Amino acid sequence: MTRWGMVIDLDKCVACQACTAACRVENNVPFAGPEQDAMGRSIWWNEVFRYIEGEYPNVTLRFIPRPCMHCDDPPCVKVCPVDATYKDEEGIVVQRYERCIGCRFCTVACPYGARYFNWFAPRWPEPLDQALNPDPEVVPRPTGVVEKCTFCIQRIRKAKEKAEAEGRPLRDGDVVPACVQTCPGTTRSVKYRN
Amino acid sequence: MRDPEKTILSPLTETGLGYYLLAGLLLLVIMWGLWAYIFQLQDGLGVTGMNRPVFWGVYITNFVFFIGISHAGTLISAILRIVGAEWRRPFTRAAEAVTVLSLPFGAISIFVDLGRPDRVLNLLLYGRFQSPLLWDFTAVSLYLFSSIFFFYLALIPDIALCRDRLTDISGFRKRLYRLLALGWRGSNEQRRRLERVIGGMSVFLTLLVVTVHTVVAWVFGMTTQPGWHSTIIGPYFLGGAIFSGVGAVAIVTAILRRTFRLEEYITPKHFDYLGKFLVALSLAWFYFTFAEYLTTLYGGEPAHMSVFWAKFSGEFAPLFAGMFIFCFLIPLPILAIPRTRTILGVVIASISINIGMWLERYTVVVPSLTRPRLPYELGAYSPTGVEWSITAAFFAGFFLLYLIFAKLFPVISIWEIKEAEEVEERPAEPERGWDILWEGRQEG
Repeated sequence: MTRWGMVIDLDKCVACQACTAACRVENNVPFAGPEQDAMGRSIWWNEVFRYIEGEYPNVTLRFIPRPCMHCDDPPCVKVCPVDATYKDEEGIVVQRYERCIGCRFCTVACPYGARYFNWFAPRWPEPLDQALNPDPEVVPRPTGVVEKCTFCIQRIRKAKEKAEAEGRPLRDGDVVPACVQTCPGTTRSVKYRN
Repeated sequence: MRDPEKTILSPLTETGLGYYLLAGLLLLVIMWGLWAYIFQLQDGLGVTGMNRPVFWGVYITNFVFFIGISHAGTLISAILRIVGAEWRRPFTRAAEAVTVLSLPFGAISIFVDLGRPDRVLNLLLYGRFQSPLLWDFTAVSLYLFSSIFFFYLALIPDIALCRDRLTDISGFRKRLYRLLALGWRGSNEQRRRLERVIGGMSVFLTLLVVTVHTVVAWVFGMTTQPGWHSTIIGPYFLGGAIFSGVGAVAIVTAILRRTFRLEEYITPKHFDYLGKFLVALSLAWFYFTFAEYLTTLYGGEPAHMSVFWAKFSGEFAPLFAGMFIFCFLIPLPILAIPRTRTILGVVIASISINIGMWLERYTVVVPSLTRPRLPYELGAYSPTGVEWSITAAFFAGFFLLYLIFAKLFPVISIWEIKEAEEVEERPAEPERGWDILWEGRQEG
């Protein structure tokens, strides 16, 4: 049974935010704008947190890239009243946008703050609206639903289809989420175990 | 021998200008709130002040608040009925009306908070019982329907009275009373049957009322948010609900007493009892609050202390202090000192209690969300005009529905008062032991 995992080497991360940007482009994450961002309305499927350890003059800055952790025992899945979020057999916590009623219980239950809500209908200013990913699996979500990192499930499906077409099993390196692909410092890699 | 029927039934046929003016004003507020909601539907929930990480705010506060005040009706009507407390008789109906009319606003509060209200049926189609929200949905729906049924049952003899006595009313109302009276003739057989069903429903509702607010609390308690994930949260919310509910009933009853000239039936003695009851509830509330915050402080866990200091010295300190002042420091002296435990005193204390309890719900919901474990950033929340307009509309809606109820049905349960008088006029029977405890029988 395939189970997906991602390894993020925190010693190598330089917080360049390439993963954050790539994820947004790949997954058609809506634009918020400076005013809405100041209110805390931006959607970041992947975020890189920084926190300061120690007191001056012995301070260290630590970076924590935070995609969805696809928890083994997801608190978000437990609290969804309509089964709009669930953990599939391969370990990915999936979101059903068409079923979500927008109660935001899952967003409040997530200890990582990995879930986001569409406060408005999605929009992109020009010329960003020309750069949307045409993949139907990442069609922009409507207002009022919750979204989060999906481990680039659309890429997993494409890789599986390709492997099947070529008559071979899935191999290491076939599935490359956007953040992994873009990371310049080989900080991220995807493993799968069978 | 006074005639309760004449006094209590008179509001049903006589309406002053004040009634229409008040109803008109309330309707305006409701329309304003409705307009705000339409605005929210069109633009999205972004028109509120909610954000990441404060995903819940005023709407959820209202939800807990309205479900909370609904508990008093059941308490006064069902629980006091079971233990045979006679002093409940004049205001059981007013209390039950508070329950029946505030519960829908609790439910509507959640509906207004949904991102996709058009998909609300998914709760029925795909409902997962693992989710506390679905426990909520089930418990509150069951409570609402049971309360309406209970309310109606206790109304039947009085509806029959209206059917028989009221002549100066529209044909529509006559037909309504005839239909709802279900052919009640007051025979012994019918009375016995009614008492049995009401008795059974009282027990059922008492058990249900404990479940309802506990599951409302567990919507918060079942997450791991610091400040929410507390074992005491179920009983804490339940105690708080009964506290604010009894206060609400006191306010409503005092208003009814003054407006409809019911001074003979609702006496200062009744408010004395309510006041003493509120003292006990205020102390219970204080105990729970103290236990909650002392254990948090003593444990000193960083994530919890972050939320703790937000409430005690951070940006929520004024609201938190306000909660304590309104829930405890103001009402307790007023209610504990016999000289100030007058009707006015109880009403002032009750208003203070309800303000404090709304603040309590707000300071439970919002501060925990502003201090999430990750993303190490402080959240902030400022409710917008849309949220306040809708909140105002809910309160206005509650009062307007109450006005309509007071116009259609007698606000005091005439048959229950008459029943008590019949018991008094019967030849003396040996007093049952616990009867002596309840000195609250009405003076004849």
